[in-house]
Amino acid sequence: MPKTLTKSLTPAGTLYRGREGQWSWVAHRITGVVIFFFLLVHVLDTSLVRVSPEAYDAVIASYKNPIMGLGELGLVAAIVFHAFNGIRLILVDFWKKGPKYHRQMLWGVVGLWAVVMIAFSIRHLSHVFGG
Amino acid sequence: MATPIIETPRSGRVAPGYSRSSTSRSNFEMIAWLFMRISGAILVVLIFVHLYVNLVAGDGISGIDFGFVAGKWASPFWQIWDLTMLWLAMLHGTNGIRVIINDYADKNSTRMWLKGVLYTATVVIVVLGTLVIFTFDPCPVINGVAHVADYCPTP
Repeated sequence: MPKTLTKSLTPAGTLYRGREGQWSWVAHRITGVVIFFFLLVHVLDTSLVRVSPEAYDAVIASYKNPIMGLGELGLVAAIVFHAFNGIRLILVDFWKKGPKYHRQMLWGVVGLWAVVMIAFSIRHLSHVFGG
Repeated sequence: MATPIIETPRSGRVAPGYSRSSTSRSNFEMIAWLFMRISGAILVVLIFVHLYVNLVAGDGISGIDFGFVAGKWASPFWQIWDLTMLWLAMLHGTNGIRVIINDYADKNSTRMWLKGVLYTATVVIVVLGTLVIFTFDPCPVINGVAHVADYCPTP
């Protein structure tokens, strides 16, 4: 068993180091949890195709209203960040220079994410609001 | 003021919230770590194509209905695509939540309960999704009434 913290002036061992590394890690966790819970719901709603065409169409119709449309935008934003940051993580772990360039790669992730999300937002919102 | 030296987790003094009793001698955690990277790379391709085909191409979300799903699952290509996506995404997500539970739930019993709920949900969703993909009927007859669609045989 490791020694347990009692009282000391120096901080105990911790994962938290601040800056790009810590915050990208926090964002990766939060987006991951969001995506997981959506996935559970998404399998359940798709399963309605096995109940009846009407049941499926009724639930999917609710995904087409503007509020859900904005929710889908948020979901895709979470997925795209998680995907790009996941590739960055793989590079940090397996590419020799990954740890050296992890900060620059995060800004690459954020930039690429912004480009994809601007393009997707225009397309998706025109589907949702354009009727 | 000098910058305090912050030790890495589980080295030297350990804050109470971080202390865990070690029970395993297997390399399960290494396999899980590797699985996250391999499945993650595959999922990027699977999910980006899934999002493009369903939300960007054609009419996007406006075009999604029973017929859209039936059209896709008429092809074994999309059945296998969606099945692979279901399994990899669920295992990837379940392992992610497992790691988060291990990180934040300090009590052994809390971790055990949360993981029990997690694994139950995973099994239910994976089995349900798999059954739906393989037993899907694009032209169901419900209470003697046949589904009417241009891709269904007329009774």
